[in-house]
Amino acid sequence: MSLVDTLASVPVLSPFIEFAFMRRALAGCLALSLGATPIGVFLMLRRMSLAGDAISHAILPGAAIGYLLAGLSLPAMTIGGLVAGVAVALLAGGVARNSVIKEDASLATFYLISLSAGVLIISMRGSSVDLLHILFGSVLALDDTALLLLAAFASLSIVAIAAGLRLIVLECCDPAYLARISHLGAVAHYGFMALVVLNLIGGFHALGTLMAVGIMILPSAAARFWVQTIAPLILVAIALAFAGSVVGLLLSYYVDLPAGPAIVLTLGGLYLLSMIVGPLGPLVSRRRPRWHFTR
Amino acid sequence: MKADNAAIVRFENLTLGYNHHPAVHHLHGEVAPGTLLAIVGPNGAGKSTLLKGIAGELRPFQGTIHLHGVRKENIAYLTQQSTLDNTFPIVVQDFVAMGLWRHFGAFRRFDATAERRIAESLAAVGLTGLENRPIGQLSGGQLQRARFAHVMLQDSPLVLLDEPYSAIDANTVHDLAGLVRRWNTEGRTVISVLHDLEHVRSEYPETLLLAREVIARGPTEAVLTAENLKRARQLAEEQGELVGAPVCAADEDAEQAIHAHLGHKHG
Repeated sequence: MSLVDTLASVPVLSPFIEFAFMRRALAGCLALSLGATPIGVFLMLRRMSLAGDAISHAILPGAAIGYLLAGLSLPAMTIGGLVAGVAVALLAGGVARNSVIKEDASLATFYLISLSAGVLIISMRGSSVDLLHILFGSVLALDDTALLLLAAFASLSIVAIAAGLRLIVLECCDPAYLARISHLGAVAHYGFMALVVLNLIGGFHALGTLMAVGIMILPSAAARFWVQTIAPLILVAIALAFAGSVVGLLLSYYVDLPAGPAIVLTLGGLYLLSMIVGPLGPLVSRRRPRWHFTR
Repeated sequence: MKADNAAIVRFENLTLGYNHHPAVHHLHGEVAPGTLLAIVGPNGAGKSTLLKGIAGELRPFQGTIHLHGVRKENIAYLTQQSTLDNTFPIVVQDFVAMGLWRHFGAFRRFDATAERRIAESLAAVGLTGLENRPIGQLSGGQLQRARFAHVMLQDSPLVLLDEPYSAIDANTVHDLAGLVRRWNTEGRTVISVLHDLEHVRSEYPETLLLAREVIARGPTEAVLTAENLKRARQLAEEQGELVGAPVCAADEDAEQAIHAHLGHKHG
């Protein structure tokens, strides 16, 4: 028996060895874990997890207009989503800063308007299958263009985060100080929001607009229960995101579940598990007397 | 520091406030480089507002603040409430290192000099050994020490401290006051908003007593007299809860400002 056959007999590996679409799904999830998850860590640290949600929903009408014009075309839907995502990212922040509406309410309004507009536009022309495809993604049907897009967005965001790390960290933890000493605060803010939009578009192709945020926020929040400085936080979050993706894909293969929700639910499970057993989770950190007493 | 006798900060008919309510008005005065100046006054006297104005965070309603020998973005400004997010997962060393921004900016690599200066600043505030402690696990006093190390690394000729010792233990106050003295002997100008008059008397040679306007300014003993303090209190009480400075008869300067404004609007 050759090595490949031996490996293919291992249930965890066999779907990925036997089927190209599973390998593509795995590659797509790896790109998302590397690109989107670090962005999610900073979204969480900036208390903007919900903003990520609102922007991901805002992508829907944009992608829907692209779909209306060009059908299930990757470039058209990407550009449409990009325009709509950037618009809402700017508008939501602007409305909250300049009116009596607070940011959460402002985000909720955009979120609802976008979601309903998107669903409406798609149902004007498409079938309910197309709607499902856009809402929940198609991680098991990623073609070359989609994979390249995911990889390109992931690479771009890794490079941008690495180059701008100090700026992004300071913008998160002490924006008032950054505003006093440097003019780069706005660059950091808008650059970061642009990365959020890019990664959500990438996530949208794999997981759909409804769940693209899942791979950003869930692993990041889970990692918060394990470590408490930035670099380890990013690494743990990436590891959790990829582990969750693999388990989710295997579940979808063996139990015949829709892949997108299976992945996001697995990530959710990892979050709950981290909350229970993570050293910084509410249960463990309360029980342990903080190393005060020697045994 | 530069041997320069021009005032490092100069106010001319300065009026500052929020949402059309002036908090301090018609301030004149200057601060010579190397001064150790305390700003005291009743609650709501506009002390913090004045510091904010100097730091460039508030645009004056009227009048000007001239800085000389220091750029606005190089002023080291310790705000009253930390603008820092305490739950942010950053360790003491990295937090303090942000004070070096002027020298290293967003992209330059920290070299051995930077590491040495960070270590020195942590030693100066007595936090050596806590480099890798997340800031969220520091006590109030320790966090204030870290913020002072942050200020120290900014290496600014002008340091503004807003209520640096409120709710801080006596030991920490003692150590940090020593650091302020050291900054002053290095030739830096330090302007502190303070409440504790005993502390001001023992540490600050010069004082500005403020109650919406300058009540007195000069050597601390001459300023903090019972009579001056009473006047400041009375002024504060007269203005009730001090929602704003009283309306002033428009002076020439204001007239000009109004005309310039209208001319600008209609022209």
